[in-house]
Amino acid sequence: MDLSDRARRRIALAAWVVVLFLLLPGFVTLPVALNDSRFMQLPQGSLSLRHFEALLTDSGWHQSFLDSFTIALAAMAIACAFGTFCALGVWRLGGRIAAVVLVIAMTPMILPPVVSALAMYRVWVQLDLYDSWAGVVIAHAIIALPYVVTTVSTSLALLDARLEQAARSLGATPWRAAIDVLLPNIRGGVISGAVFAFIISWDEIVVTLFISTRAVYTLPRRMWDGIRENVDPTVAAVAVVLMAITILGVAIVMIHSRLRRARPKG
Amino acid sequence: MTRPYLLFVLPAVALVGLMFLLPLGWLAALSFGLPESFGLEHYEAIVTSPGIRSMLWTTLRLVTITTLVSLVLGYLVAFAMAHLGETQRLMLTLFVLVPFWLSVLARALAWLILLRHNGLLNEALTGAGLVERPLQLVRNELGVIIGMVHFLIPYAVFPLFAAMTTVDRRLVMAARSVGARPWRAFTDVYVPVTLPAIFGAGVLVFIFGLGFYVTPAILGGGRVVMLSEYISVSVLQTLRWAQAGALSMVLLLSVIALVWLVARAIGFRRLAGVG
Repeated sequence: MDLSDRARRRIALAAWVVVLFLLLPGFVTLPVALNDSRFMQLPQGSLSLRHFEALLTDSGWHQSFLDSFTIALAAMAIACAFGTFCALGVWRLGGRIAAVVLVIAMTPMILPPVVSALAMYRVWVQLDLYDSWAGVVIAHAIIALPYVVTTVSTSLALLDARLEQAARSLGATPWRAAIDVLLPNIRGGVISGAVFAFIISWDEIVVTLFISTRAVYTLPRRMWDGIRENVDPTVAAVAVVLMAITILGVAIVMIHSRLRRARPKG
Repeated sequence: MTRPYLLFVLPAVALVGLMFLLPLGWLAALSFGLPESFGLEHYEAIVTSPGIRSMLWTTLRLVTITTLVSLVLGYLVAFAMAHLGETQRLMLTLFVLVPFWLSVLARALAWLILLRHNGLLNEALTGAGLVERPLQLVRNELGVIIGMVHFLIPYAVFPLFAAMTTVDRRLVMAARSVGARPWRAFTDVYVPVTLPAIFGAGVLVFIFGLGFYVTPAILGGGRVVMLSEYISVSVLQTLRWAQAGALSMVLLLSVIALVWLVARAIGFRRLAGVG
């Protein structure tokens, strides 16, 4: 498109107004979390870390942090293992079976969260998984699975299928070929999938609202109750922690994929 | 020799099949009144009950407005990303991606802080003397729309941007060379070429909007009840499982129909981001 300078300036200005709108929530949350009072307001004078301190000293928030973190790690491990092998299988199977498997593996991503939550809630109660650590882990692993399948499949699409055939023709079992030959080559996709799985679980709220109450009390869940009851700046501090971990994860994936691309092939 | 590879996909298929699809089937059975009886009364209620009808109308109206606003704003950002040079493209991509990944709950909270009765925006407006009394910006439809548009813009930007990078520049040049003014070339040539992407992005945004739960629940403050929150209240507070099940099935089938529509247009594998 050849645009006049005036048109370029106007479009750029309009686009940046939209981007500022997108960034606005990020801009307000941190200052509010750093304000010195017990009200949700911008800092009046001095900054303080007292609301972040409350996260560490308040046993409730502390416990929620641990719950969220261990659940995200476990859900990530399950989603990553199941999802990676699922993507490998789909890649090698091809055809109709692969298409069916792919649709099954993708459904948790496509369904509206509230429908997933409702379906799981009833069964979780029946299976005694309701409000248990294992129950939340399984639910989060299911929701995160499609993201791992997607990232690993993307890596596999770039891989030469003959690599696996070569390993097999030299006598490697499919299992051995997958572990020793394929996995090292799709490491980037697996790592991205793992990070996304972690973030999905770390931020998950809708399903968690249905399948847990107080025995397992994740950070988003406690934050949800905090917002609905009375809004105090500790909740803003939690929001900052949630966002910081997400940004860290996405940064890891971006830097990793950039390094891989920068590395000369050969 | 496919058997070993079937074992590769088995754990994932078993997990999703047993713990996700089967429960979903059970929910579907409940919506028909099973196992006690079989009937369509809960589906009839969706059409006949005034409460449910007005809730569905609110949902459709808000999601439609949100989709249109997100498409216009997303088109603008995508256009700037596609045609204003490399630096702009990188910066805009980064700043659109960051909020894309942020917790939906954290973002709803931020909008609450900004838009509340005694929130930052109202304090700024009254402080500057622009308004006498604080404006009602949240706990109403306006607040829900702001929060949803904010969430959905990135979903509109990326498909639109992908389509814009493949637009044949010569088309616009041809239009200009036969005398079309820039704006005319844009509306009569450029926009029609990107129309399939506008449609695809619109349906995608609409799908996400339909299933929204957190944003309307927090920014609507109980006064703007959309489909997801209605379903949740039906189960968690009034224990009307069958009705919630029937509404879930309607929501699910709408989403599947829309996904199918897009999948036909651009292919399922591309939709899932695979390949």
